[in-house]
Amino acid sequence: MSETTAKVRKSLARRYRQEKRFQAYGILSIGVGLLALLILFTDIIGKGHSAFFEHYIQLEISLDPDVLGVDDASDDEQLNYANFGGVIKEALRERFPGVDDRQQQRQLYALVSSGASYNLRDELKADPSLLGGTRELWLLADDDVDLYLKTPERKRPDARLDDQQKQWIEDLEAAGETDKRFNASFFSHGDSREPELAGIGSAIVGSFFTMIVTLCLSFPIGVAAAIYLEEFAPRNKFTDFIEVNINNLAAVPSIIFGLLGLAIFINLFGLPRSVPLLGGLVLTLMTLPTIIITSRAAIKTVPPSVREGALALGASKMQVVLHHVLPLALPGMLTGSIIGMAQALGETAPLLLIGMVAFIVDIPGGPTDPATVLPVQIYLWADSPEQSFVAMTSAAIMVLLAFLITMNTLAVVLRKRLERRW
Amino acid sequence: MKFQMKATLVGAAAAVALASAPATAIARDTISIVGSSTVYPFATTVAERFGRGGNPTPKIESTGSGGGMKLFCQGIGTDNPDITNASRRMKSSEFEMCQKNGVKEITEVVIGYDGIVIANSVKGEKIDLSKRDIFLALGKEVPDPKGGEKLVPNPYKTWNEVNSDLPNTKIEVLGPPPTSGTRDAFNELAIEGGCKTFDWIAAIKDEDKSKYKSICRSIREDGAYVEAGENDNLIVQKLGSNPQALGVFGYSFLDQNRGKVQAATIEGVEPRMETIASGDYPVSRSLFFYVKKAHVGVVPGIEGYVKEFTSERAWGPDGYLVDKGMIPLPDDMRAKMAKQAQGLKSMTGKEL
Repeated sequence: MSETTAKVRKSLARRYRQEKRFQAYGILSIGVGLLALLILFTDIIGKGHSAFFEHYIQLEISLDPDVLGVDDASDDEQLNYANFGGVIKEALRERFPGVDDRQQQRQLYALVSSGASYNLRDELKADPSLLGGTRELWLLADDDVDLYLKTPERKRPDARLDDQQKQWIEDLEAAGETDKRFNASFFSHGDSREPELAGIGSAIVGSFFTMIVTLCLSFPIGVAAAIYLEEFAPRNKFTDFIEVNINNLAAVPSIIFGLLGLAIFINLFGLPRSVPLLGGLVLTLMTLPTIIITSRAAIKTVPPSVREGALALGASKMQVVLHHVLPLALPGMLTGSIIGMAQALGETAPLLLIGMVAFIVDIPGGPTDPATVLPVQIYLWADSPEQSFVAMTSAAIMVLLAFLITMNTLAVVLRKRLERRW
Repeated sequence: MKFQMKATLVGAAAAVALASAPATAIARDTISIVGSSTVYPFATTVAERFGRGGNPTPKIESTGSGGGMKLFCQGIGTDNPDITNASRRMKSSEFEMCQKNGVKEITEVVIGYDGIVIANSVKGEKIDLSKRDIFLALGKEVPDPKGGEKLVPNPYKTWNEVNSDLPNTKIEVLGPPPTSGTRDAFNELAIEGGCKTFDWIAAIKDEDKSKYKSICRSIREDGAYVEAGENDNLIVQKLGSNPQALGVFGYSFLDQNRGKVQAATIEGVEPRMETIASGDYPVSRSLFFYVKKAHVGVVPGIEGYVKEFTSERAWGPDGYLVDKGMIPLPDDMRAKMAKQAQGLKSMTGKEL
């Protein structure tokens, strides 16, 4: 055995150990990442899952024309001003007789959501023959009642209800007159001050319009800029300067784009505040660098031989780009755009400054109606005093995450499917 | 040729998209409201009810009182908001800014009160504080505990060093950052309130106002006061996990979290709806909104919104705003205010 071999043999065990340690560090880092993800998901899902359900209370409602002040149930005008609240209060008094004190009656009326009267109105509108009859109806419970029914037995004493109210609810529960149902209004309603009525419907529609505007502007502009810079632009100081600037812009904090939007689009062009058109323009500015950079990278991966082959067969420069380079680079460009869009979808900071942090109840009908977006809705709910909003916040985060995961998966699938290797 | 056509089409589409963007001041049919985050929960409740009555629901942005004033006073015209909410009165400088920008006629409406509470977890001990205790515990510079008319950097570490009746626990207070209106009010009412109980400090006010302000409105920065962000919910949550800490936040958060936190009494007064409304509870402030009269009749529904806000079913003692934690005005003042608001009485600027 030579001296060198002996030396190597001696250090071999140490080198193996070193390698093992090195691998262990890697596994550990991944473990930390996964653990953080796990904690995040358990926390959000643990808090948020209950918001997908809400409780209803069954009451026997007599739709008395005198109390309602309605003589023709097909007349919308009359229904809009009808006293549905009065009918519900009467039903509650009948269910729990002997509550005469005014203060106590108020507590009793608080069991049913203030939105229940609107449900009742819609029901009567749908079937005018109900007028004058008596029916068992399920009415939406107030958020405090809903929260109480959702809390496990042992934690119930802490609830924000007085003992009398707890007694009533437990009565209803024991009689099977409460029901837990899927919270469909969470997806269809706009924001509301009453947690049981609030939903992410208007925020989703707002996000949709904002994303459409962003996509329609940033994709064509980004791709056109990338093609020009890669295929046509001369290499000189000026294009270098542009390249450096684009890379810098990609690293600028997003709130700066909000300030820019405020200064240019609102103050200079006079666009209205809080509309998806404006949000889309600002987010376009933010995503453009990402799209340009990924598109340029995609164009670079197309081998020069493809271009040279086309040129050799007599294609013009533009034909080379449109027939050969663009189709081959498109998958990469799409992936980049989807990732850019996903970033824009989760963005709040620039929108703070252009008035999209707003209370929006009505679902926007177009890109020029006041709107808010999903992450902003989450921000607003996280700051609301009512306890039920804690669950709603987490539920909205779950919806946002679902959208983001879908978009990112789409990007991965597209890349895997369409990618070509040379 | 085909491709040139395509390229031209793409170009044209982009041009159309860009050209349609800078459309000037689009007429509005929804009321635009900005301002205080403290008034936001109340204003949104009113807006929602107003919207259910068949009107477009007003759009409300939570910009903070100061930010709201700035937007409100920017000028007349539908790109500017119609109403701004505030958790403090309009300053005379802001009124002048409004006047300068053509916002001449403004109606001021006082809507109710908000108490600022100091609370801890229900797991902790309930305590009673005086304003002087609060100043001594949280002021940046306090009178020398050894006596004499000298200021020293706040030396107190535990509550019973401040006042021997208080428990022997570390001073740890979670509260809002300086950008918040709640913090402004807390500084002014609680810290300054306790500060001027020292006669020799109060005497400085006449000599050197800015020195007095810097003594009486500064909060210590050595870690005893923790800025917990604008989010009051976060403070409530943190109190739950740390029974020794105290938190500073608005009354509506106390009201909604009764099972989790308890309020400290201040000068022996418990923060309750009645004590705040009567002014017995020392740390309370008025809430306002301001209406731009020039927009009434231009943007539909402003009068209706004001009417809804100032109706008994909204701001009365049994109204729905009370359920949200707002503290109503006394009966006679409410009647007077409602008349003023619905008649859209303009401010003169002298009242500020």
